[in-house]
Amino acid sequence: MTATGGQPTGPETGTAAGLPLPEARRRLAFDIAGIVVSSGAFGVVFGLAAQKAGYSLVETIAMSTIVFAGASQFAAVGLVVAATPWPAIVLVTGLLNSRHALYSAALAPWLRGVSWRERAAMAHVLTDEAFALTINHFSRLGRADPTGYWIAAIGSTFIPWNVATILGFLLGGAVVSPQSIGIDVVFPAAMAGLAVGLITGRRALVAAAVAVVVSVVVAIAWDPRAAAVVGGLVGPLVGLAVPGPAEPIETPETLAAHPESAGHDAGVGVAP
Amino acid sequence: MNVGLVGLAVVMGAVTYPWRAVPLLAPGIERLPPPVLAYLRLVGPAILAALAATNTFITTDTSGTASFHVGIEWLAVGLCIAIVAWRRNLFLGLIVAVVVAAVARQAGLA
Repeated sequence: MTATGGQPTGPETGTAAGLPLPEARRRLAFDIAGIVVSSGAFGVVFGLAAQKAGYSLVETIAMSTIVFAGASQFAAVGLVVAATPWPAIVLVTGLLNSRHALYSAALAPWLRGVSWRERAAMAHVLTDEAFALTINHFSRLGRADPTGYWIAAIGSTFIPWNVATILGFLLGGAVVSPQSIGIDVVFPAAMAGLAVGLITGRRALVAAAVAVVVSVVVAIAWDPRAAAVVGGLVGPLVGLAVPGPAEPIETPETLAAHPESAGHDAGVGVAP
Repeated sequence: MNVGLVGLAVVMGAVTYPWRAVPLLAPGIERLPPPVLAYLRLVGPAILAALAATNTFITTDTSGTASFHVGIEWLAVGLCIAIVAWRRNLFLGLIVAVVVAAVARQAGLA
């Protein structure tokens, strides 16, 4: 994959700013390894749940390839079993997946040098995991790496999720519960660990802490489906209000003007 | 083989894709003012922390009612955070988290 357009994301051959590309990609590969376990385990569970709910194999595969959003796929299984009308299922899907707009907006400044067509394709595989891995990878690298995005999105989630979905459907009752072997903690632990890698100053720390409190309160007092979105919106607002020097914003322009500022958090990676 | 739900998958995909694509494809994203870019930079740690928190501290019953949850997941996720902060190694953190949760459950401690 190559970047095209007026503001390229830079050659993918390494950079003096941030980590060198091979080192950044090595760390990305370690990060992906942990996520694959989580994606695979829950893909199996989804396949099993879909089979129990009466989905055919084709329908199950269609859900995992076309929708490709775990929470809404699980929700749909329950709603289909309850004979919920399609419009209601679609509405729930839209609400559950609204958080992806935040991911997309946060990645947009990094990927603006990528062609429109490639960004349109990238959007389909943008998940919680893809965002978490990619934003850490770009931060460590100090610039965008479109190929790294594809490696993260497809390697960590799309392939494992879809292969596991089929396995879960076909294996049926032979599937072991993720809870029984502790794999259910991989997703929250991975999200927390990747958040730590992005905390580079007081503002980010406050944004994350406020997001935790707000999301928990919203989940209990209002709706757990809205919790992450509200936390993700409110946290950064409070973070911005924290006095102190603004954290550098790494864009192609700022990197060109101050390359020494890039990768300021390169030492706060999450892989060995 | 039944394929009726393929249509539902297409419609669900159709309502999901715009959330993923519109900000990424919107023209003028490169002209956003610095405060907006600063805000977007904080979205990453905030929403990842929120996802971690809701998947650690919250349980939802079959009726959809959420409640505060205290369990071994706290220790597992906390250890992962500590390892990432200390060793900068997510993979090791995830292994420790899984082992702690699995052993505690097998031992009947959680």
